[in-house]
Amino acid sequence: MQVESLYQEIILDHYKRPHGRGLREPFNTEVHHVNPTCGDEITLRVLISGFGDDMVVEDVSYESQGCSISQASASVMFDLVAGETVDDALRAQEEFLHVMHSRGEAEPDEEILGDAVAFQGVAKYPARVKCALLGWMALKDAVAQAATAHEEDLD
Amino acid sequence: MTSLSTTGLLDVESIKADFPILSRTVRDGRKLVYLDSGATSQKPRQVLDAERAFYEQHNAAVHRGAHQLAEEATDAYESARQRIAAFVGAPASELVFTRNATESINLVAYAFSNATDKARQGVALPEATKRFVIGPGDEVLVTEMEHHANLVPWQELCLKTGATLRWLGLSDEGRLDLDALSSLLTERTKVVSVVHQSNILGTVNPVQEIARAAHAVGALVLVDACQSVPHMPLNVNELGADLVAWSGHKMLGPTGIGCLWGRAEVLDSMPPFLTGGSMIETVFMEGSTYAPPPQRFEAGVPMAAQAIGLAAAVDYLQAVGMPAIAAHEHALTQAAVASLVAIPGVRIIGPATTIDRGSALSFVVDGVHPHDVGQILDSLGIAVRVGHHCAWPVCRRYGVPATTRATFYLYNGLDDVIALTEGVHEVRRFWGVS
Ligand SMILES: Cc1ncc(COP(=O)(O)O)c(C=O)c1O
Repeated sequence: MQVESLYQEIILDHYKRPHGRGLREPFNTEVHHVNPTCGDEITLRVLISGFGDDMVVEDVSYESQGCSISQASASVMFDLVAGETVDDALRAQEEFLHVMHSRGEAEPDEEILGDAVAFQGVAKYPARVKCALLGWMALKDAVAQAATAHEEDLD
Repeated sequence: MTSLSTTGLLDVESIKADFPILSRTVRDGRKLVYLDSGATSQKPRQVLDAERAFYEQHNAAVHRGAHQLAEEATDAYESARQRIAAFVGAPASELVFTRNATESINLVAYAFSNATDKARQGVALPEATKRFVIGPGDEVLVTEMEHHANLVPWQELCLKTGATLRWLGLSDEGRLDLDALSSLLTERTKVVSVVHQSNILGTVNPVQEIARAAHAVGALVLVDACQSVPHMPLNVNELGADLVAWSGHKMLGPTGIGCLWGRAEVLDSMPPFLTGGSMIETVFMEGSTYAPPPQRFEAGVPMAAQAIGLAAAVDYLQAVGMPAIAAHEHALTQAAVASLVAIPGVRIIGPATTIDRGSALSFVVDGVHPHDVGQILDSLGIAVRVGHHCAWPVCRRYGVPATTRATFYLYNGLDDVIALTEGVHEVRRFWGVS
């Protein structure tokens, strides 16, 4: 079945046993994103520390409701960005976005994306791209807000 | 599966032969099983041919110019109006062409807000138009099972005018809570807008009863018949409503054409929605007067080819026979309900019977998100709709994020019901919930 290129083992594993799930304290920002086409939702918190190039995403915690792709994607994202610098987290976000919008043409950078390369197959199913992006778009939004708020705190 | 009832079924093979798309394959050579007619129907060759013939032989701007082509195009367009109106038991003068049902409903909601805006400016309104002026203290009544197209325009109207939106709730079985109707309908209720057949639950609502009660308090009644005009015999006069909205693309017709039927005196009292060419009577720099209905509501060069395509669709449906189509869908729905409820972990969202229900059949598979249900079905060539079906409040009411929906039409057969059932078994196997 061709659909197995979509539902890779790694994706199914993350779906069944999500990493980093649950909303945790402390945090700087909380965002809520929905996928208006299917009603999937995620509430996501980030905790930021440090400043400038050393600004680090200390934690990403989330609660979400949705399909296997959106759940697995948030789990893989947690592994990739928690504990990394904000720059690296945003680079991963951009690379993931690029791959998702490539219709399956882009060769994902495994250095940057790790397990998230498994989502390359999702890019061939345009209706599912938004599912895969739900957590990542929430992350981008939360990190941007948190970084601004955090820098203002330092001033 | 062999025990499935086969009474009252149409000759699907000969019908299918008229729909070129139904013979194509999808996803690596799978036979297409199209169960998404609730979203949009497929089109028979007769409809495609009618559009092509219009463009090849008669194309001109309708109601403009006096050359031969303009005459022929206008005749074809008005003949389409006449045939489509007759299909629902109405005279042509009571049928307005719009882009789709969404626009039809907005046209009515805007009749209210435009009349209200004018009244606020002190514009003198004809007596009959004053019922469209609403404000704080007035109420709009809908139901909790409306498609967003019959909910959001009323929310907007209330925001603009200060009127209050009320709604009839739903029972656990997927029916309207009609017991609440008498307390919700009061002198304050200015308009009642209800869906005839729910696109997500499949429930067929007792529109006549609701219209009678609404008229008793003087409210205007609009029916969203998007999922009923394509699927059952419908006579707008028997329905008892003042206005009825539906889309052409769900009834074998092209996209870009919708209908609004209104009783003559109701349409006559409504201010225009979109304004510009074709809808005027006289125009001066200081101001304009407007044409009588239906032209008053058809601003701009109309979608003639689409109207002509829709008329061909109506001819097609009439040749098969709406009672026969309704009976056919009923038999398929019965078979599908019986097959699906027999699968462990499958729940129907909406009436789990075939009484007062149409063929829109929503279900959930415990432990599998609808997107993941739909994806496996798609890999088997089965096209269903997944999501909230533009009826998000219904999903919330039943505590599900979304549903998987199959809808049956005249070109579906029992083999499609069997494919769906086997597909759902495959879904459970794939996701390890069987
Ligand atoms: C019950 C109902 N109302 C309204 C609509 C809106 O129709 P359209 O999108 O063609 O305007 C639909 C179709 O999606 C529907 O099923």
